[in-house]
Amino acid sequence: MVDFNRFTLANGLRVLVHEDDTTPMAVLNILYDVGARDEEQDKTGFAHLFEHLMFGGSVNIPSYDEPLQRVGGENNAFTSNDITNYYITLPAVNLETAFWLESDRMLSLAFSEKSLETQRNVVCEEFKQRYLNQPYGDVWLKLRPLAYKTHPYRWATIGQDLKQIEDAKMEDVKAFFKKHYNPQNAIMVVGGNVKIEEVKVLAEKWFAPIPTGEKYVRNLPKEAVQTEGRKDTVITDVPLNAIYMAFKMPARIDSEYQAFDLMSDVLSQGQSSRLYHSLLKEQQLFSDIHAYISSSIDEGLFVIEGKLVEGVSVENAEAAIWAELDKLKAEEVTDVEITKVKNKSESIMVFAEMSLLDKAMNLAYYELLGDAATLNTEIDKYLAVTPARIQQAAKATFTKEQCSTLYYLTTQLTTQDA
Amino acid sequence: MLNRTLAPESKLVDEISFIEPLKQVLDNGIPVFTINAGKQELVRIEFIFENVNWDPSKPLEAIAVSHLINNGTTTLTAKEIADKVDYYGAFLQTEYGADQTCVKLYTLNKHLNSVLPILHSIINDSIFPEQELVIFIQNQKQSLQVSLQKNDFLARKHFANALFGDTPYGSNIQPSHYDDLKRADLCDYFKAAYKPENCTIFVAGKFEETEFNILNRIMGNGWNNDAASVGNKFNFSSIHKGEILVERPDAIQSAIRMGTLAITRNHPDFPGFQVLNCLLGGYFGSRLMANIREDKGYTYGIGSAVASLKDAGYFFIATEVGAEVCNSALNEIEKEISILKDELVQDGELALVRNYMLGSMLGSLENAFSHADKFKNVYFSGLDYSYYENYIKTVKSITAADLKDLANKYLNTDDFTKVVVGKK
Repeated sequence: MVDFNRFTLANGLRVLVHEDDTTPMAVLNILYDVGARDEEQDKTGFAHLFEHLMFGGSVNIPSYDEPLQRVGGENNAFTSNDITNYYITLPAVNLETAFWLESDRMLSLAFSEKSLETQRNVVCEEFKQRYLNQPYGDVWLKLRPLAYKTHPYRWATIGQDLKQIEDAKMEDVKAFFKKHYNPQNAIMVVGGNVKIEEVKVLAEKWFAPIPTGEKYVRNLPKEAVQTEGRKDTVITDVPLNAIYMAFKMPARIDSEYQAFDLMSDVLSQGQSSRLYHSLLKEQQLFSDIHAYISSSIDEGLFVIEGKLVEGVSVENAEAAIWAELDKLKAEEVTDVEITKVKNKSESIMVFAEMSLLDKAMNLAYYELLGDAATLNTEIDKYLAVTPARIQQAAKATFTKEQCSTLYYLTTQLTTQDA
Repeated sequence: MLNRTLAPESKLVDEISFIEPLKQVLDNGIPVFTINAGKQELVRIEFIFENVNWDPSKPLEAIAVSHLINNGTTTLTAKEIADKVDYYGAFLQTEYGADQTCVKLYTLNKHLNSVLPILHSIINDSIFPEQELVIFIQNQKQSLQVSLQKNDFLARKHFANALFGDTPYGSNIQPSHYDDLKRADLCDYFKAAYKPENCTIFVAGKFEETEFNILNRIMGNGWNNDAASVGNKFNFSSIHKGEILVERPDAIQSAIRMGTLAITRNHPDFPGFQVLNCLLGGYFGSRLMANIREDKGYTYGIGSAVASLKDAGYFFIATEVGAEVCNSALNEIEKEISILKDELVQDGELALVRNYMLGSMLGSLENAFSHADKFKNVYFSGLDYSYYENYIKTVKSITAADLKDLANKYLNTDDFTKVVVGKK
């Protein structure tokens, strides 16, 4: 149970407070309701590049990190296709420093050319390190545009290519800030060894003077229902053949979301799961196999990915995955299986309460979804899922017409065969 | 009018309190150290075994045993073990480390009684079925093939091997090592290593007398394994110094890893060396990050660390940089180390690092698990909580001159092992 209080400032900033006196620390988490899905198609990777620029100094404070480190604090941030989330942890006695720093960069950035120049380079190196210079690193750069044709989920958070990042201009940075970084587009969570009264005073002092700004109204193109199976093949210098299959699944707030999440657990949670046991242990077709959901706010993906045991044909491997999916469509999962994945979900939620930062991030995210209080009732939605609903989810989802399949094949084996 | 250019008043972190564990002993003599804290009805129990009987010709023995220990016992198949653990929403993990191996259980308290017997079976009656070994070999070899195409993995591996040779700290594992694994060797290792006199238990979470009694009832009896063993002990003198270049013509980034043998946690200089490391590459605002990422934009990240193992300590710097700027990055790293050796750190920067490290220590004591981890650090170094007192005192009081001396004592780049994987 994560207790909290909330209030909203006149400028529209939503503030949630979670008091936890078992720690001497405090967390200040700000979620901005902007992600890669809000980018224009010729300026992809911009939400993430912008996240880097948020650390390049604000209008009144030349350095963001230094004053925070000076009071014993740490910070970081991440960008997803849906959101950009910034967080600070610091000794609770120095909480006001976090308010000072976060409010100034919500007010305005310094927009330094030097910072833009450097962070363009840093993000390009990040692009190389994580996506280009790793075996299988670019899978999502291929799989997204295969699975999505119109919705901006068709590009990855890092962006479509290095070029669009290299071309980012200061005027774009300023426009992006104006459009997305204002109080009514943000949710702030303050947690830890803090008191609601103290947080109210600090929020009024530091955040209330920030102008409301313009409201961003999201109007994203909707993905049409997929009516034809899609396939793509990459042949490159990797050691093993791999297969990726992506199916559309309901949005995060859909009432069936939890059935899909549990279905992915039945397939892939732990060594007792179906894919692990059947395809890796019994049939030995895969050396590595997983099923998971993208958990995105708009219509998401249900993904199955695996690396093939050497000598296994990709067609046989694919057929074996389909056999498991067909089984989910044909028969209800057993009572033991559903109890197992529900127990696991319950455990994971209790363990998540061990971390102050996780609690703060979760509150912000559930508030964005509609109401932070649903964080505490989320488990009930999982417990209410029935085998029939999972079967229904499987039937609605796992069809050849709605599948996007990516073969990621090795040149190394073919060379050896030749 | 609010003056946003002025930082709010701040306080130094003064009070850092550690929760010391309660020591109890199971009926079979295994010591149990418990951090009983937290509101959630859950617990983490770690069974930690010292690694033994190191044989350089069989470097994967302990690793394979650790991986396969939950893959079949005299009474349970691999599938049954997984089914039972997962059914109770528990997490059973095995972790191989260079000095110790851990069998770790996370569970809600309400299921403790049901899951501990599974652990008892694993730790006492594992049989390492031939079929499971075959699958393990096949899949681990494939996983290694993927890792061997990652520059940072190769850099780590070459660096460790140059420093530590064919020991658990540096063994250069090849796919062929997996083919050499024999079921009989695994069974022998299991009998020698997984016995009460080689085991220490660490518990963190909500764990009171009732829970201890459950633990003692299920795990405190006689265990099956009792083969003789020799504890691992290593000396490192003949390290491979100088440059090692592993060329990968298609690399668009190069992985750099450089460093040298240094001191362990027991050494009086260790806390001071940690301050020096923090300054150089131990936090986001460090000199390496400020120069090589934030000023030059050569990398997504660069850092340095001091590591303390049972028989050796070492220091290293690691990064992945654009292949075309690899030499420039190497020069900048050298430059930053020279500055530490030649110039006194300014008061402002030193004050910042002090506060950052104290805040970081405070923040690292978040819950029962982290308190237990802090205890394990000192326990396995043969130290007690006075280590942390001394650490905090050192962070608060170390001088710029001390740091310069430490840099000259420990950061002699001529003695470094410098690995580059990619292109120079």
